[in-house]
Amino acid sequence: MIKFNKVFMAYPKGSLALKDASFHIKKSEFIFLTGHSGAGKSTVLRLIYAEHQPTSGEVRVSGYHTTGISSRETSKLRRRLGIVFQDFRLLVDRTTEENVAFALEVTGTRRGVIGPKVMRVLTQVGLAGKARSYPGQLSGGEQQRVAIARALVNDPFVLIADEPTGNLDQRAARGVFQLLQDINTNGTAVVLATHNLDLVRRANYRNIELQDGEIVFDSGNDTREDMDE
Amino acid sequence: MRLIFREVFLSFRRTPSLSALSIITIAFALFVVGLFGLVAVNLRLALADIEERVEIVMYLRRGTPRAAAVAARADIRSFPEVESVEYVTADAALERARSELVEFRDVFGDLVTNPLPASLEIRLKPGFRDGQNVALVAQRLTGFRFTDDVRFGREWIAKLDRLRDITAAIGLFVGAAFALASVIIIGTTIRMAVIQRASEIAIMRLVGATDGFIRRPFLLEGAIKGALGGLAAVALNFAAHQAVNRTLIETSFFSDAQAGLIVLFGTLLGLLASALSVRKHLRQV
Repeated sequence: MIKFNKVFMAYPKGSLALKDASFHIKKSEFIFLTGHSGAGKSTVLRLIYAEHQPTSGEVRVSGYHTTGISSRETSKLRRRLGIVFQDFRLLVDRTTEENVAFALEVTGTRRGVIGPKVMRVLTQVGLAGKARSYPGQLSGGEQQRVAIARALVNDPFVLIADEPTGNLDQRAARGVFQLLQDINTNGTAVVLATHNLDLVRRANYRNIELQDGEIVFDSGNDTREDMDE
Repeated sequence: MRLIFREVFLSFRRTPSLSALSIITIAFALFVVGLFGLVAVNLRLALADIEERVEIVMYLRRGTPRAAAVAARADIRSFPEVESVEYVTADAALERARSELVEFRDVFGDLVTNPLPASLEIRLKPGFRDGQNVALVAQRLTGFRFTDDVRFGREWIAKLDRLRDITAAIGLFVGAAFALASVIIIGTTIRMAVIQRASEIAIMRLVGATDGFIRRPFLLEGAIKGALGGLAAVALNFAAHQAVNRTLIETSFFSDAQAGLIVLFGTLLGLLASALSVRKHLRQV
């Protein structure tokens, strides 16, 4: 599904952001990616959604090798991923349903299919009643749910979330976390980068901990085995 | 497709003054090109008209036998450039002078001997009526033994030719300068549009929109601006043409195909400008 094999990543002017990282994320798995700011969590996520390519080593996502991947292939890959950020990244001049529909429109989905699909995911994230609200009229937690709905609407096999609760109070954070757990229960893998240890403690999921670009702990700890598969 | 047009419409609404500026610059660029084009078109028509009347007159030495003149006529007629040759005898020349120059009828009437020489009047085929060919034929005519003089409007033919060339060159040069300005201005508006929509573009990329899809509304925007500018230019040229007709001289306007070419050129210019800009600036988003 997602495989990192001896991945090194250096930014143009900076030290190594990732050193010799190897791990394998399986289908429908829920993974915490933890560590301090600058530990390399976001780098791992960017490598997954092919925003960056590894300096050396190999990143494989759903059959795509991201080294030397073309922009067309990158687009295809991203249609199979759902991506969520700390700052929501919603279009403030569009309603909830327009924000979600946007992800379908720009990937060329037929118009007839868009409406029902959007309503389905909005119901799933509990925002069917706020379809016509603008982001400015929603709470932080609700805005993050819109972003999650947008990430889900293309039926991704994995949801990648970069500090999705970072801007939320504890109650909203727990609500979003619960939503991610529900999504995972339905078979979508989740990779959740966070330094909110409260969340990590609440569930017994695999935890990959990064420090200065190195994996210092992996509770899954079955990396070797998987690489030999 | 609907989505793309919506984006284009939104972009026009977001930056109305910049959009208008792009259209106006393109319109002016093509207006200037068009004006010079109009001058060139009309000059060419006028030249064709004048050139049709171009004649080379070869005056014969006094006492040239008629047989020699007739033989020369046949000879000259076989030149590839020559359409027709007319032999005008000294008597016929005098007759013509009498009827054409009415004011001097008395002078011609009192003459005892005919002062006018016989001549051969040569007309060239269309396509050979420019200065260079006329001079070439004239040169050849001086080779006949009994040629006294060869006359043709060498200078003004050459001048008209040069005027047409200069008009075309100035038109192209000034037009190119304006075209460059419009490429820069359209490029700037596209750049601003890209920056303004940076977050939107970033989201489009994240959810897997292709680069082509992201680029398309910008390209369409440039092409539409170019086409509008081209249409405006044709309209301005038409207005100028009408004004000249009313106040100065009767002139011709572009053919439909030529007018269409101006609009097409505007469209391509807009497309090129946006393509260059969007390629450069999308990388920075």
